[in-house]
Amino acid sequence: MIGLQHYLTLSAMLFVLSIAGIVINRRNLILLLMCIELMLLSVNFNFIAFSRHLGDDTGQVFVFFILTVAAAEAAIGLAILVVLFRNRRSINVQELNTMKG
Amino acid sequence: MFQAILFYMFAAVLVGAALGVVFSRNPVHAVMFLVLAFFQSACLWLMAEAEFLAIVLVLVYVGAVMVLFLFVVMMLDIKVEEVQRGLTRYAPLAIAVALLMTFELIQLIWMRNQGEGSATGFAPYPEGYSNTESLGSVLYTEHVYAFEIAAVVLLLAIVAAITLTMRKRPGLKVQNIAKQVAVRAKDRIRVVKMDAEKKQ
Amino acid sequence: MLNYYLTIVLAPLAASVVAGLFGKQIGRAASHWITILAVGLSFALSMIVLKAFVIDGMQAENISVYTWAVTDGLRMEVGFLVDRLTALMMAVVTFVSFMVHIYTIGYMHDDPGYQRFFSYISLFTFSMLMLVMSNNFLQLFFGWEAVGLVSYLLIGFWYKRESAIFANLKAFIVNRVGDFGFILGIAAVVMFAGSLDYAEVFSKSNEIAAQEIVILGDTPWNAMTVVCILLFIGAMGKSAQAPLHVWLPDSMEGPTPISALIHAATMVTAGIFMVARMSPLFELSETALAVVLIIGAITAFFMGLLGIVQNDIKRVVAYSTLSQLGYMTVALGASAYSAAIFHLMTHAFFKALLFLAAGSVIIAMHHEQDIRKMGGVRKYMPITYWTALIGSLALIGFPGSAGFFSKDLLIEAIHESHWEGQGAVYWIAYLSVLLGVFVTALYSFRMFFLVFHGEERMDAETKSHLHETPWVVTVPLILLAIPSAIIGWYTVEPVLFGPFFDNALYETERHDVIARMAADWHGSAGLVTHAFQTPIFWLAAAGVLTAWFLYLKRPDIPDTIQQKATGLYNLLVNKYYMDDLYIKGFASWGRSFGNFLWRKGDELVIDGVLVNGTANAVGRLAGVLRQIQTGYLYTYAFAMIIGLTMLLSWLIWFR
Repeated sequence: MIGLQHYLTLSAMLFVLSIAGIVINRRNLILLLMCIELMLLSVNFNFIAFSRHLGDDTGQVFVFFILTVAAAEAAIGLAILVVLFRNRRSINVQELNTMKG
Repeated sequence: MFQAILFYMFAAVLVGAALGVVFSRNPVHAVMFLVLAFFQSACLWLMAEAEFLAIVLVLVYVGAVMVLFLFVVMMLDIKVEEVQRGLTRYAPLAIAVALLMTFELIQLIWMRNQGEGSATGFAPYPEGYSNTESLGSVLYTEHVYAFEIAAVVLLLAIVAAITLTMRKRPGLKVQNIAKQVAVRAKDRIRVVKMDAEKKQ
Repeated sequence: MLNYYLTIVLAPLAASVVAGLFGKQIGRAASHWITILAVGLSFALSMIVLKAFVIDGMQAENISVYTWAVTDGLRMEVGFLVDRLTALMMAVVTFVSFMVHIYTIGYMHDDPGYQRFFSYISLFTFSMLMLVMSNNFLQLFFGWEAVGLVSYLLIGFWYKRESAIFANLKAFIVNRVGDFGFILGIAAVVMFAGSLDYAEVFSKSNEIAAQEIVILGDTPWNAMTVVCILLFIGAMGKSAQAPLHVWLPDSMEGPTPISALIHAATMVTAGIFMVARMSPLFELSETALAVVLIIGAITAFFMGLLGIVQNDIKRVVAYSTLSQLGYMTVALGASAYSAAIFHLMTHAFFKALLFLAAGSVIIAMHHEQDIRKMGGVRKYMPITYWTALIGSLALIGFPGSAGFFSKDLLIEAIHESHWEGQGAVYWIAYLSVLLGVFVTALYSFRMFFLVFHGEERMDAETKSHLHETPWVVTVPLILLAIPSAIIGWYTVEPVLFGPFFDNALYETERHDVIARMAADWHGSAGLVTHAFQTPIFWLAAAGVLTAWFLYLKRPDIPDTIQQKATGLYNLLVNKYYMDDLYIKGFASWGRSFGNFLWRKGDELVIDGVLVNGTANAVGRLAGVLRQIQTGYLYTYAFAMIIGLTMLLSWLIWFR
């Protein structure tokens, strides 16, 4: 039977993949944002799986809020990205090192 | 059994789509893969009887957020580079960390609770259960405060996004409504007194 | 009586605070009035206390006023031990201080630091009273340091003078040497007796004497000897005994009233008082007594010799003070404590008198201090002349004067103090004090003749203004001349041979020289008539005659001697090269050592290595560590992920 552990495993795979995406990706800031979306998705998977497993709908309420915040984050992130692109004509991650110590 | 086949099928496509997001060179392709991944996720959530969230995911995420991503990707003129240079240099370390993490997560998920009997299915919901109804009854009672804050967060996001991206262009012609309303006759017309001209 | 004691101590302090902090607001006259009234009050009450002891036969009082701290069983208190010794000291201190306060009105009349001066001398009176009235070592030390501080402030009173600054620094540093010994002595007392209270320590004196301590090498020292010698080192600093005497002549840079009050009558006798107060301890260590004796003898004779070649009127008196302090110390070393205190008292009167007389001359001469530029002042300043004559006669021990009784009996006591195992020390001491009498007479009358007699060597300008000083100067002179002349006659018997100091001072039977002398005692008149049969009188007379012959009759002879005996003369003029030894030896060595510590220790090690070195090390480390901060997003993300992985690993495997 498909149960909690299957969902959790799938979520773990998604999570690791998205982390690998963040580390490997050196060029595109948009891809970083997408990987973050993917990571949030894997978290949502966990919430839903546990909510279903425990029969408690509060977990799904959390997913609801995460979706809300993720949407807000995506909107602002993309806005920043647009401004950034406008100023520097590039969203190459390797060129963004103003914080270099 | 049928459910298991469905699950593995969706899961496989989901993982494939995720790989596509991470490794595709063209950002537009990456967004499309992400859309696919969200679809598969919605299907899997449907299987877990979280119907409301599955629909929300498709409507809000795929319908709005992903379109936004696509819009930005297409609006910005991003060059597609042939080779990802950093990949080769950092790949061993990244892969090692990823493998270690996967291993640990799997161990956490599968090895820890052997005693409870692995891979039991979810307990079925009682008769007449409605996911949307029960979610709504919790959301608007217990979590109404958080719900309202979520609304404010969204409003904030709108304001922030607009503020960030809006810019004044030089030479742009705009109307100042307030000034137009406040105008008075004598500001515009000047009556000049002139003597009649003499005959030459 | 406690209220009396508190008033005696606190009135000068209050006056000092008012005059010192609010001197500008209340003005000059109010400042001197308030301080004089306060010290006058102290003096009056001190006389009442003295009367209570002497006439009404009051017993000694030991009162604890305030417990400041108790630590590990060690009580630190403020308290008063008032017995006859204290009462006598209080009377002397407040009387001289009172006189000096009045005199100061005249002497400091035009000085801009008028209020400050009055504040200081009142503060001094407070400190000195705290010192003498203390019933424990801690308060003694407080008073000891406080008088040292005021002395420092007053020597440098004219702080714009280079020489005054040098002199007050010198006094302070030389006193530090002595105080170092003193505080070590107090620490030794605490170590062996476990208490700071006089009474407790004295009651344990036999226990202390039974102990031994190893300081250097393997030689065990008697604990009492160590304690007493350390305490005496303190006394050497404060009472200017050789070789720590060098500060006292230089302290004459201060105003003359200060020389009279602090550097002649009271503060410098603190060491004598302290040793007398500690007599129950010193009695138990003959080694320490021998040290005291020999130091005193050296000071008495050799410092007197220096007085002969000095030309500054105040410095002559200063060397005379050194010599007389040496006499007192010799008496202490001979266990004749009461003789020492008696000489202290008479000396306070006549030496204050001499200083104030010298000051009076200085005022009249428009602050000229060189006796070679004086002479024949007698007819211009009769009061000063006669009082100075009384003071000088008292100093050389003219029969009947105060100094006669004290000095004569003091020398007699040393003569008697020939106990077993003393050896050469006794003869050195006895000969020193005998020859010292001649020297004393020589230098005092040299100065006296040069100032008041002979030809008038001052310039015409000064001469035209030369006249007697105002009443605020002459009244203290007269008031001090009276006790200088007569006090010995009336007090010698009760103080020395009566039961006056029975409970305050302590002598073992073996050392009780005064008791041996008492057998030959036939009253004051008897002593005066007997005086002409003793070598002391004839030595003094010879000194006066020599001075008369050399400086009035044949003034060319001293110059001839000076030319013939250049070596000896240079030795004396350069004060046995002690100053050179200290300044070029210890001081310059100390300075170069300080320089070394400053350059190498402070700048190099502390600043360079410890402080800036730490900062530089942090900077360099940060320079390395900042390489981690690449500024790239993925580096930070990767760091987060590594952290996450570690957390997960810990969760799974190590928890």
